[in-house]
Amino acid sequence: MGDLKLMKGNEALSEAMIRAGCDAYFGYPITPQSEVLEYLAREASQRTGMVVLQAESEVAAINMIYGAAGAGRRVMTTSSSPGISLMQEGLSYIASAELPCLLANVVRGGPGLGTIQPSQADYFQSVKGGGHGDYKLIVLAPSSVQEMVDFVKLGFELGEKYRNPVMILTDGAIGQMMEKVVLFEQMPRKTEFPDWATTGKKPGKDRNYITSLHIQSEKMEEINLRLQAKYKEIEKNEIRYQAVNLDDAEYVFTGFGLVARICIKAMEMARAKGYKVGVIRPITVFPFPTQVYADIAPQLKGILDVEMNAGQMVEDVRLSVNGATKVEFYGRMGGMIPSPEEILENFERIYIKGETK
Amino acid sequence: MTQEAIFAGFGGQGVLSMGMILAYSGMLENKEVCWMPSYGPEMRGGTANAITIVSDDYISSPIISRFDSVIALNQPSVDKFESRVKPGGMIIYDSTNILTPPTRTDITIYNVPGSAEAVKLKNIKVLNMLMLGAFVRATKIVKEETITEALKQVLPERYHKLVPLNMEAFNVGTSFVTN
Amino acid sequence: MSERTYVDIEAELTDQPINFDEDICLAENVVYVKPQTLIDIPMHYCPGCGHSTAHKILMEVVDEMGIQEEIIGVAPVGCSVFAYHYMNVDMQEAAHGRACAVATGIKRIMPEKYVFTYQGDGDLAAIGTAETVHAANRGENILVVFINNGIYGMTSGQMAPTTLPGMVTTTSPYGRDVKTQGHPLYISNLLANLPGVAYVSRHSVHTPNNVRKAKKSLAKALEYQKQGLGFCLVEIVTNCPSNWKMTPKQSNQFVEEKMIPFYPLGDIKVPEGK
Repeated sequence: MGDLKLMKGNEALSEAMIRAGCDAYFGYPITPQSEVLEYLAREASQRTGMVVLQAESEVAAINMIYGAAGAGRRVMTTSSSPGISLMQEGLSYIASAELPCLLANVVRGGPGLGTIQPSQADYFQSVKGGGHGDYKLIVLAPSSVQEMVDFVKLGFELGEKYRNPVMILTDGAIGQMMEKVVLFEQMPRKTEFPDWATTGKKPGKDRNYITSLHIQSEKMEEINLRLQAKYKEIEKNEIRYQAVNLDDAEYVFTGFGLVARICIKAMEMARAKGYKVGVIRPITVFPFPTQVYADIAPQLKGILDVEMNAGQMVEDVRLSVNGATKVEFYGRMGGMIPSPEEILENFERIYIKGETK
Repeated sequence: MTQEAIFAGFGGQGVLSMGMILAYSGMLENKEVCWMPSYGPEMRGGTANAITIVSDDYISSPIISRFDSVIALNQPSVDKFESRVKPGGMIIYDSTNILTPPTRTDITIYNVPGSAEAVKLKNIKVLNMLMLGAFVRATKIVKEETITEALKQVLPERYHKLVPLNMEAFNVGTSFVTN
Repeated sequence: MSERTYVDIEAELTDQPINFDEDICLAENVVYVKPQTLIDIPMHYCPGCGHSTAHKILMEVVDEMGIQEEIIGVAPVGCSVFAYHYMNVDMQEAAHGRACAVATGIKRIMPEKYVFTYQGDGDLAAIGTAETVHAANRGENILVVFINNGIYGMTSGQMAPTTLPGMVTTTSPYGRDVKTQGHPLYISNLLANLPGVAYVSRHSVHTPNNVRKAKKSLAKALEYQKQGLGFCLVEIVTNCPSNWKMTPKQSNQFVEEKMIPFYPLGDIKVPEGK
């Protein structure tokens, strides 16, 4: 049993990083996640000797991550949307070189400099690759402060298991809100490193080098095939989702992260009015829990997908049900958060009254 | 029992702390809690606010637009949130500086002369604790004695000497609510 | 070319059969060996290019210091992108310009190890200027080997930040016009002003004497790293015969007559008391 605390999402994430035995954090301040660097600067190196460095930019930060991850260490960075965009080049290299690392995107509203208010508009960027080339991140979408903690530990484990970058896709509201959390106990930092790590050539063994450059097309295709096979394996093993009240459901509300919880509240309100509504919350948004949608679709009159964007995950939901039921979308953008009442209203407008906007 | 409350006022009046102390108290009593500071358009229009939910059950949405209770420390908060109190809910407002009081008849309205009472205690900064006292007495969502412990957790050690003054204010606040 | 070897000719002249291994390969006859830490495969560099020499002396220093197992290198994007094919030490290949950030990541978690980057002028002084300046300013305890030939080699001869005024490249076909294309960037001198920087020295590898000096400078820089003095940079002013459209010999002449007067050789900054 760990410690019970009341913490803000960003602080809980930072504390979990220290406790997970993270070796290094490289980051750059950006609202709404600057508390992470501040918290670590205050706490981390004193407690575990963890390296905490404020880089000159997100571009530098992600490449510092590349270096330290290449040396086989547990490393993490965090940022918010514009900063994550700057990191995409480095992420593509990290994915290609198959280095484990953990990132958190505390998403804010875009495009451009946008707003510092919460958003989910970076879904496509997170789950479809983000940078150049065919690659995937493992993407975890927490919906509570507790999951901000749990997914740090899980994220490091998944990253190391698959030698793949992992992203925690969260938003400014979860980052700022306070909830009860149970913190896991301090884990020791690693003292042994993988045999591929560049920690200095071992006597009698070949040198290690980490690269994403393979000039010969045959070789580069081989690398791509290996990556794709890995992503298939991840899709087979690592799908996580939360399903609520699906047994008798005629309708499903679906959304990820914070919005899923608003959907659950809207579901409670809908059930109070006699509508048989369930909720599906993908916890991993890559790999996407396709099957749960496919399985439930035939019994449904429709799905309402709710997001804080113009409709991104809804495309994956539609692919999952493959026409077996109607999938409608309701979203807010630019830092606006849909309320439970709004979701219920739009559900009734679309599915009960049969109106279109 | 579930209490969905919003604490609202000017920045600097300690509304975020009020919510936080309530959330800590809830946690100490092993309840589910959630504290969400102002977001989006809620941040504009002269109010800072914190939604605080305390419940015996799982809390689904931290985002709510209707409240069981509004604790208003300035006029814009009353203007903005009065219409969003659920029927049968309540507003507690600082009647010293809020000159246009709420008017709804389907909710309970407590007027607490918080600023005037805080001045009597020679520290206007305890207004928030005073109002919190009224809220806790009215809702009974946490035990009044838990607040002292929560206060110690929210305040850094170096401010613990201020705990007695804050609790005095809290107790004054409770006295304005008679059930 | 005749198929006959030196050994055959000797044998004909002396009329004595000579056994190469027993008669010639003797310790006392050795005047040169390739460093152990340089992998024995043909390099992809163009004939006459200074990269191979720079690689060699760097690995010689690693050999002589006996630090092959304690050093990690970072390769750039540019002609030396494949440096890890030749240098028999643990290495990482960085994105274009990011070598100093990657090196920072490595060094910060393994401060006891030696870390170097090997970067060209475009990588270090154009796309990677921010990473370079800030690593230097933080006093990252790393060695940067900076290869300055005033041109982009890998992409076939475009203008570099260090291209000389008036110099013709594919993107300055009428000669670099400083009014519209900017002035050559004295990045080493610029970095030398920063308090985090311990050692900056400029060398060339176009003559044996200069090669010796450059090698000494690399050894000094790694020694300073061992002492924890901070950021060290060794600039090597060199040639690019292919993209300068010159023979190797002409290109070395150009180094001597044009490059070095513009980028004078020697120490730019040395640690106090050294």
